[in-house]
Amino acid sequence: MKVFRAKVFVRLKPSVHDPQGETIRGALATLGYQGVQEVRQGKYFEMALEAASREEAEASVREMANRVLSNPVIETFEVELTE
Amino acid sequence: MPRFAIVVFPGSNCEGDVLYALREVLGQEAVLVWHKETSLAGYDAALLPGGFAHGDYLRPGAIARFSPIMGSVISMAEEGKPVIGICNGFQVLMEAGLLPGAMLRNKTLRYVCRYVNLRVETTTSPLTRECRKGDVLRIPIGHADGNFYADPADLEELERGGQVMLRYSTPAGELADEANPNGSLNHIAGITNKEGNVVGLMPHLDRSYQPELGSDHGLRLFGSLVASVS
Repeated sequence: MKVFRAKVFVRLKPSVHDPQGETIRGALATLGYQGVQEVRQGKYFEMALEAASREEAEASVREMANRVLSNPVIETFEVELTE
Repeated sequence: MPRFAIVVFPGSNCEGDVLYALREVLGQEAVLVWHKETSLAGYDAALLPGGFAHGDYLRPGAIARFSPIMGSVISMAEEGKPVIGICNGFQVLMEAGLLPGAMLRNKTLRYVCRYVNLRVETTTSPLTRECRKGDVLRIPIGHADGNFYADPADLEELERGGQVMLRYSTPAGELADEANPNGSLNHIAGITNKEGNVVGLMPHLDRSYQPELGSDHGLRLFGSLVASVS
């Protein structure tokens, strides 16, 4: 068994309105950062997990991201794996 | 006499209100059931109360859906028995896949705690069978994540199937953006599943069951539930 490190990025789907991101953009504009056209807020997870192979680790992280870390109704995710 | 199970997660905080309304006000047999239990045998309906189950960590309802009790909640739903999610309970039922859609952060980003007006859209649900279509109920809400979202296909299916149970409205029953407290699509405040027995709603019927609380309109929803299993 090897230990792998995974990064999971969870984002709202492009079609889903993001009131938090919009508020952050508004706050940045108030601070004088006028060029910011859009802010989208997401979630970021770091995991360390044991698996027999890279493929097994990735499959496992993808399953967890799909079942638990993200809500497929409103979110998508990306997985990055390193050894 | 029908028996009601009130499912309690760590972080639930409205179970006492639901229990009081059913037991003391309506004289029903209602029991608090801890989320670590695995059986709901002998109960005729289950209610998931409001609060912050598992601290709302990750997303509201996201951890609660994997609690041991949820297997039997899903079985009850499949048997056609009423399963009612109030506020955080609604979020749990959506995360569990028993109801379509998801909740986004309120459009205002604020936790909204106030009375709203709700127009009854369907009287076939176990919570509204004693109402008339078009009735306007005054019931409080209290939530930060109640901005109902469903993708266009799911939303159309909800509308076409008559699954929208309550909409935020003006006191006269008109739909208006200023009467929509959280930005919910189509002003949706409560829905049912296709079969009609699983119900989720953001408004707290458990905070409006007697005039001393400011409104007793929640009692009509509780009364409907009791009638639907009696």
